[in-house]
Parts: sequence; structure tokens; C-alpha cells
Amino acid sequence: MTDVLYELTDLSKKYTRGKESVAIFEDLTMTINRGDFIAIMGPSGSGKTTLLNLLGGIDKPSGGQVVCNGLRIDNLSQAKLAKWRSSHVGFIFQFYNLMPTLTAAQNVELPLLLTKLSSKERKRRVQTAMEVVKLAERAKHRPRQLSGGQQQRVAIARALVADPDVLLCDEPTGDLDRATADEILETLQLLNSELGKTIVMVTHDPAAAKYARRELHLDKGRFVETGAMA
Amino acid sequence: MNDLTLIRKSLFRKKTRAILLILSIMTAFLIFGALASIDRVLNSSEELSRADRLVTVNKINFTQTMPYAYWGRVGAVEGVQAVTHASWFGGYYQDIRNFVQAFAVDVDTYLEVYPELVMPADQRAALSERRDCVAVGADLAEQYGWAVGDRFPLSSNIWRQADGSSAWDVEVCAIMTIPDQELPTNYLLMQYDYYNEALAFNRDQIGWMILLTGDPANNDAVSERIDTLFANSPAETETTTEAAFSQAFVEQLGNIGLILSLVVGAAFATILMIVGTTMVMAINERTKEVGVMKTLGFSSSRIFTHVLSESVLLSLVGGLLGLGAAVLLLGGIAEVAGGQLPGLGVGRETWIQALGLMLAFGLLTGFVPAVNAMRLKIVEALGKD
Repeated sequence: MTDVLYELTDLSKKYTRGKESVAIFEDLTMTINRGDFIAIMGPSGSGKTTLLNLLGGIDKPSGGQVVCNGLRIDNLSQAKLAKWRSSHVGFIFQFYNLMPTLTAAQNVELPLLLTKLSSKERKRRVQTAMEVVKLAERAKHRPRQLSGGQQQRVAIARALVADPDVLLCDEPTGDLDRATADEILETLQLLNSELGKTIVMVTHDPAAAKYARRELHLDKGRFVETGAMA
Repeated sequence: MNDLTLIRKSLFRKKTRAILLILSIMTAFLIFGALASIDRVLNSSEELSRADRLVTVNKINFTQTMPYAYWGRVGAVEGVQAVTHASWFGGYYQDIRNFVQAFAVDVDTYLEVYPELVMPADQRAALSERRDCVAVGADLAEQYGWAVGDRFPLSSNIWRQADGSSAWDVEVCAIMTIPDQELPTNYLLMQYDYYNEALAFNRDQIGWMILLTGDPANNDAVSERIDTLFANSPAETETTTEAAFSQAFVEQLGNIGLILSLVVGAAFATILMIVGTTMVMAINERTKEVGVMKTLGFSSSRIFTHVLSESVLLSLVGGLLGLGAAVLLLGGIAEVAGGQLPGLGVGRETWIQALGLMLAFGLLTGFVPAVNAMRLKIVEALGKD
């Protein structure tokens, strides 16, 4: 029996440029199962990142529905969406987007400030997340003292620490060399296979997409599934 | 880590800029603290004013004296409940630079007209019994380290005794305070008879009279009666409220209140613009970070509070340092003035006003950047390089 995490129904997104309305996609329908690791590929401007934003509740669709875990999120208020994001979604960005004034551990702790966890429990979770990404010894370093790969590991730890339902990754290896990219992708794969984390990853890199269980190509507003791995 | 850590780290993201902003705010509050305190000292007698207390002075100028006999005549005027008199002594202690604000008064009636001046009963009794006794304000006593029983020569830079001396030997018999009011007690009261009998010139003259009418509604009528009484005499009088008299006295030095308002206003307006603009720029630089925080789940209202708190924290740090600098500066000025500005210091009222201004300043400079950050759309923020 499959356990559906996301249900997207007749989803459309349009942008207005002056008097012109540009449709990114229309009537997009898809489901994402819990435990999936999906790579979304497609040409520039095909709406990959827009789709990720809609899944993460940081953008709203022009039409259709986004249901996550049985909750329709496309019509939630901004305040409710913020609260929902804090406990259900972890984001990983191409350029890491760490706070430069905070240490690695403080960056990881950031989402936990939105919870009612005690300081002790927060520290314990940060320690665990840092160990998962194999960076426990760098906890007190600031982002500028870390390599690109290490910064992305901190970002992964930050995305993981609140134990979200899904990790949304926007070109997570786009700024890294091949070897480091592979390390990051192996980490993501491990999180999916060992911890059962659902991962949706947008990438341009076919090699990166191979780490996913499913590859979806977004083209002209429609999905074309091109491969599935065991 | 907590929200305060985040606010503090954001504030000092660029240390040089933060320090320069703090220095700007510090300068504004240094000026405010210093000028407000000087203004307070100069206007302290005005604060002490009672609505039903009038002052009668020589019509030519309040530095001109009037006959001692006027005192008795004013006491008989209809509507006058109590009247006393005072004369400027122009005192100093040991060295002419050690200024002592001293008045020759009739102690019994003076304390009747100024009931806010209090002292222990035994000291009060001793004061009336001996003519060389003086009552010293607590601030002045502290300044020169005087205590009850101390004897010293009180010199005058105006008056001479018949024997050529300009010093009156006095003994501190009472220490005066003004309970429940934050007003300086930086003056000395000596006995008029003791002062007057030794004078080489200008004997049996008084400087001014102070009287109570019992009701401010009677002030105009009583004033007119007194001034009419002495019309066409060699020493015509002018009677005004005590507050007006004090105000006129201070205004000899210029309109301190206006200067204070203009200088502080100009400093604040300039610094407000600088800090406000810099805060907007600082938040713009952090657009992406604000976007990331929102993505992580920080609500718009929490972001608004963070930015506003950052601005208030900046204002409080700068403001408190400024007031601290004002305390040091005023301490230095008071020392250099050698007692000519007794009671000079940042008072409680100035601290309260300044804290209010710091909060207002922080809220005002942080409001626009906080609203901008609150309204920021995540998608736009993350797309910004």
C-alpha cells in the first residue's frame, strides 16, 4: 500500500509581466509518496523551482490544489504557512544560504527556535544532525571557515534538525565540484534509504538525478517520467 | 541561542558600521544629557515655585535693594498670609572660586513661606536661638563636607563689615532637605540680623520679599495692592509670581530651554536620518537572509519584531553610553566650576526622559526597515543576488 504525501491537482501557475500573462504550467496533477526520492529535471524556465516553491508553501498557485499529508496548503494564510513549513518541510538551497554571523551549530539550531523544545533538547538534536552529516567537529566554525561542501552539509543538517516530512532541494550540488557533489548526493540518498526521508530535488545535472529513485522531466508544463531506480 | 542572540548578531554583522552608528547616537544623547541637566539646575528654583507664592522686587531691577521697613508694611497688606525677605550675600568659602549661594533671611518667616524646606526639630530650634547659626542645604553640605557644629568664615564678594572684614563667622546649626522632590538643596541661609548689623554700607536694606496669598486667584489683587503701596516712593516695587521671577532670573543667561530644544532637536533630526537610512540599507543587504528565515518558518510578525528590536537595541546601547558620557562630562564641569553649578548631574527625570527618547528613536528608525522586512516575499528575496 502506498502512502501518499503530496497530491497536486490541476495545478497551474501564471506570472504577469506587464499586460502579458505567462503560464509556467497548467493542469498539473501528480502525487508524491512518502519515502520517495524524486529528481525533477527540465530546461531553464520550465518551472522546476516554481514547483518546488509550491510544494514548500513559499509560493501560491494560480489555480488547483496542493495537499500535503491531507492538509490543503495552497489556501493557508501566510502565518499558518510559516508555522506549517517550520515543522513539515526542510529546504536545501544551491548556495547554502547559511547565516554568516552564526556558527554552524547555531545555523542548524535556527529552525528549532520556532519549537518549544528546551535548550538542552535543542543542543542534543543539533549534535545528532551534525553527526548525521559528519560535521560534529566543525560545530563552532562560521560558514566562511567552511568549504562549499561542508556548508551544504550544514544546510542539510539545518533542514533535517526539525525532523520534517520532506526535504526540498533546489540544485543542491549546483555550486559544488563533482566529488563533493557526489558526497552530498550520497548523504541525501542515505537520508532517504536509512531514515526514510522523502526528498524532492530539482537539478540540471543528469548525474545527480541518478541518485534519485525517480526522475521526472518537466517540459512545457507536463511531466515525463524517464526512469525509476530500485 | 535565542532570539536575542540573533538580534545581537545581526546588529553587529558589520562591526565598523554598528560602532559608528552607536557613536552617532551616543553623541546625540551626550548633548541631551548635558544640556537637560544644565537646564534643570538653572530652573530648579522655578520647579520649586508655588502658585500662590509671589515675589516683590525693586522695580528698577531685582539687584537693587529696598528698605527693610517694606517687609512690615507688606505684612499688613490685605490678602498677604505670610511674608519674608531675602538678600543676596554673594558668598564663597575660603577661596573666591568656592562659590556659596547664600541668602541673608529672617529664618522664622522664611521657613514659614517655604514649608518644603525641612530639618530636624532640634536643629530648627537651634537655628532661631543663635544669630551666627546658618542652615545649609544637604547638597551644599555634601559638596564642602560640612556637618552640624562646623564653624567657618563665610566671605562675601559684595559686602564689607564696618571693621573692613568681608567674612562673617558662622556655624552650621541645621542641614535642610526637600523630601519627595528631586530638587537641589545647594544654598545656605544665614540670619539677616547678624549680617545686617555688621554691614559697613547699605544697612537696613533687603533684596526682595516673598509672600503667600493662600490662593492663586488672589495673586493679581495682592500684587496690585503692594505695588500701589510703594508707588511714587524712592524704591517702587514690582510683584510677580515666584515662577515668573525665577524664569526672568534664568533668562538673564539666555533662553536655555529654547537653546536646548534647538540643539537637541537638530542633533536628533540629523542622527535620526542617518541611522534610519543606514538601517534601511542594512536590512536591504540582508534581504536574502530574511527570505531564508521566512522559508524556515519565521513568521512575518517575528521578523518585524526582530528588526525593530535590533533598532531599539542599537538606540539603547548608544543612548546609555551617551548618558554615561554626560555623567562624566558634568562631573568634570562641576569640578572645574568649583561649586558655582551645585547639583549639576544627570537627574532621575533626565534618565527617564532619555530612556523614553531612546525607545522612541529606536522604534522610529526601525519601523520602516521592519515593515519592509515583514512585507518581503520569500520568492523575491531568495531570487535576489
